Amino acid sequence: MKSYEIVVIGGGPAGLAAAIEAKSNGAKDILVVERDRELGGILQQCIHNGFGLHVFKEELTGPEYAERFIEGLKQQGIEYKLDTMVLDITDHKQVSMINPEDGFLQVQAKAVVLAMGCRERTRGAINIPGSRASGIFTAGTAQRFVNMEGYMVGKDVVILGSGDIGLIMARRMTLEGAKVHAVVELLPFSGGLTRNIVQCLEDFNIPLLLSHTVTNIVGKDRVKEIQIAEVDENRRPIPGTERSFKCDTLLLSVGLIPENELSKSAGIRLDGITGGPVVNESMETSIEGIFACGNVVHVHDLVDWVTEESRRAGKNAARYVQNQLVQGVKTITTKPGQGVRYVVPHYIRPENIEDKLNLMMRVDNVYHGARLVIKEDDRVIKSIKKAHLAPGEMESIKLTKQELETIAGKEITIALEIEEAKE
Amino acid sequence: MSKTVEMICISCPMGCKMAIETITNGVTRYKVSGNKCPRGEQYGVKEMTNPTRMVTSTVKMKNGHLNRLPVRTSDAIPKYKISECMAVLKAVEVEGPVKVGDVIINNLLGLEIDIIATRSM
Amino acid sequence: MRMYDVAIIGAGVIGTAIARELSKYNVKVIVLDKENDVANGTTKANSGIVHAGYDAKSGTLKARLNVAGNAMYEDLCKALEVPFKRIGSLVVAFDEEDMATLQELYQQGLDNGVPNLQLLGRDEVKEMEPNLSDEIIGALYAPSAGIVGPWELAIALAENAADNGVEIRLNAAVTQIEANEQGFLVTVDEDTLQAKYIINCAGLYGDKINNMVNTPSFEIVPNRGEYNLFDKGVGDYVNHVVFQTPTKHGKGVLVLPTAHGNLMIGPTAEPVDEPEAVETTEVGLKFLREKAKRVVPKFPFQAVITSFAGLRAKVKTNDFIIEASAETKGFINVAAIDSPGLSAAPAIAEMVVGMLKDIAGGFAVNSSFKPNRRPSIHFMALSPEEKAALIAKDPRYGRVICRCEGITEGEIVDIINRKAGATSLDAVKRRARAGAGRCQGGFCGPRVMEILARELKVDITSVVKDRKASYILTGATKSNDEYGLPSQQVADSQDI
Repeated sequence: MKSYEIVVIGGGPAGLAAAIEAKSNGAKDILVVERDRELGGILQQCIHNGFGLHVFKEELTGPEYAERFIEGLKQQGIEYKLDTMVLDITDHKQVSMINPEDGFLQVQAKAVVLAMGCRERTRGAINIPGSRASGIFTAGTAQRFVNMEGYMVGKDVVILGSGDIGLIMARRMTLEGAKVHAVVELLPFSGGLTRNIVQCLEDFNIPLLLSHTVTNIVGKDRVKEIQIAEVDENRRPIPGTERSFKCDTLLLSVGLIPENELSKSAGIRLDGITGGPVVNESMETSIEGIFACGNVVHVHDLVDWVTEESRRAGKNAARYVQNQLVQGVKTITTKPGQGVRYVVPHYIRPENIEDKLNLMMRVDNVYHGARLVIKEDDRVIKSIKKAHLAPGEMESIKLTKQELETIAGKEITIALEIEEAKE
Repeated sequence: MSKTVEMICISCPMGCKMAIETITNGVTRYKVSGNKCPRGEQYGVKEMTNPTRMVTSTVKMKNGHLNRLPVRTSDAIPKYKISECMAVLKAVEVEGPVKVGDVIINNLLGLEIDIIATRSM
Repeated sequence: MRMYDVAIIGAGVIGTAIARELSKYNVKVIVLDKENDVANGTTKANSGIVHAGYDAKSGTLKARLNVAGNAMYEDLCKALEVPFKRIGSLVVAFDEEDMATLQELYQQGLDNGVPNLQLLGRDEVKEMEPNLSDEIIGALYAPSAGIVGPWELAIALAENAADNGVEIRLNAAVTQIEANEQGFLVTVDEDTLQAKYIINCAGLYGDKINNMVNTPSFEIVPNRGEYNLFDKGVGDYVNHVVFQTPTKHGKGVLVLPTAHGNLMIGPTAEPVDEPEAVETTEVGLKFLREKAKRVVPKFPFQAVITSFAGLRAKVKTNDFIIEASAETKGFINVAAIDSPGLSAAPAIAEMVVGMLKDIAGGFAVNSSFKPNRRPSIHFMALSPEEKAALIAKDPRYGRVICRCEGITEGEIVDIINRKAGATSLDAVKRRARAGAGRCQGGFCGPRVMEILARELKVDITSVVKDRKASYILTGATKSNDEYGLPSQQVADSQDI
């Protein structure tokens, strides 16, 4: 059986950054396994700009951002396999995979980095009643068709969900000549960036209907009509508010789900809130030597944060194979408190922190003028004022090694302290 | 004479709701309110005088592994030129190989802005 | 003009079962269906249950053919490689009134010849199904009940019939039938064909086909059933088909594992106006959830992956109509095949072929009849060595197209190129499960379309989701047709 120091599963932004960083930190034999026909992952279909402001200090499109990492991978001479599907990972880090060229292949890794990304929630998962006509696409599938394959998926469009992909697709479809009738959002606020609401919707006079949902899909063969209604505070349609759009297409941008079938089969512990593996400060999962990063751990808002997190995973995978990670030492649990849905990483082993650690989290509502506070019992370790917080945007707080060393117990809490009323 | 336009500032995630008042009194001036920082004022005035946008799209591609090549404007173009820009892109077909950053259309619509490839193919 | 001995109208599980049964004889058979795939009506959207047979009133066709059909399932599904599991069913009771009904069903089952029926007490039920409600006090257990992939069965029957010489003609709506001296002149769109005998298995259109040559004698009322399907992760939440005891308030809904390993609830029962009304409704889906919760209090609703609805061909008399027309010789109606039609299908096919033999004076046996379907490859079920060997032989098995279900390009190409093969995305899904998993085709849809276009030698824009008019793509971007131009002006803040 062939063996590698590190096998990275997934050749999207997370896998690429992890592999490059692992190599830069002394790992020798690295294999990146990608199931698609090219590297870059979902970035290749995100042809809009807005990527890289933090990592490169300039604004790039998705393919440009991807290409920098693909070039980096090639320059480092890191081996990769395309069109290759990983079938199984054992807890002893044996990875089996298939592709048309090598056939069935089993390799032994010293460390594994999981970077499989996420998938979109579907119409079925939100159980919209109506017909099963054609013309219903997840926004990402439509994006691939329009931006990569070069096909239009419809002429008259309604979009459900105002996450960034939904907003971006509203603009793309419009620019390609389709009429986008409305973006319909169940919540009273959009999960997308303000910039996208302005530049993708307002620029093209596309209405954003907050607190609305799709109640019925009409059309025997192809979508003919989408019925919507306003919802009450329990997200139930309000009778009398129904209206409908004659259209041929419904795009769904209703959430992303980390893709963890492989993690589950390997026996890795998952977090019920994020849907991804429980990880420690080194982005190591519940199985020693199996690391995870990017959207497979938790869904990120910006690829820049994926890169940052994945570099950490790659570096620590390299440290692991060089026996530089300390195992079985003091462990601190990070506990989400009021207003915070989750915190990544879930565990911290301060001895493995070189200078500082970035805690990433999502809040549960829109807040103005709140403080993100890290406490051990009643002692405040760090407190940061946040003028604006929203569920659509990832928040992060840095803890220095010195601050971490002040923690005597086994748990810290990260919570919101609200100074003004929430919006 | 004056009129007021409302807009959301996109300079940062705060999303300040601003009102921009146009005051025409011999010369045209703009009074921005609702912003919490100077960037808001800058953005508001720019939106009133010369709103510009980056355009990202695709062009037809021959002998690439995909049918379309992603492209963008090398800099932001005036907002009212977006439709014209799209019309120009429709007529273009590129033959590979192309490198990221290659100029696909020189001096788009006389704006001194190029259309460039955003990936190699 | 093309001449046939038998024209079967309708390629659902009944029409295809009869076609395969007829292919055992030297008879020239054509199956006609208006849809672009076999099994595209009632057969593709039902509970997928092979009922034990205690439910139908003794003495009816339903009772007799259900029990007889049930007994034929093992051999048939083995020969045709169709997923079938005899997992048994439970009818659960919540009170003494329910228990009294179960007693009646038990007796009726004995009268119908259902094997091994048992009445169970609370503890026995709980032991068999730990996730069921504590309020259940007993159940009727029918070990002979099973679950089957209903459309797979019809597809396999069609393919095997075609491999044995039957012609399957899809996209062929029968618009007129004229009785003549040689039998019947059948108009199919702009074409005509001649057949000595007609078997009407047109499902929801059974009355319309009958009325083309006969005096109207029955009326089909479509009855809609809605379903919710859940992820395989919760597929073992129940291990039997779990019915609620029918009461005067209705039948309740059933909770069952499907032959594919998913968990399912359904159906509702609601008469609808037209034979194409397969929409799900908010009311229907809510009803299902409420009823399912009664049986399984901690039902894992969050694992839902899709909802769908199917129509059943009901008649007032509430029994199958399987009879040779008295007024038109050589015309056999096989109509009103609602539940337990799937269970009875193999027995119905035998019965109908028997009737036809009587009319025709017997048929010569087809000595080259092959009862087994050409084996299919299920790549993920192979051992590592077998996987390696297969990919070495055909590299397309090394390319996984559907990640959720683990389906390779080799498998998809195979099901497209078989007889009665797939021509649409949903047809691929029905045969190879590609796109049937948790992402519901989000990732693999574009790839499957590419393969379909390549194998069928058509442009990708003409690949449909399901029926003929269910187009997916509306054209190329940057093309010069009407919708290639930016139709909307950019909102211009300067003109406010």
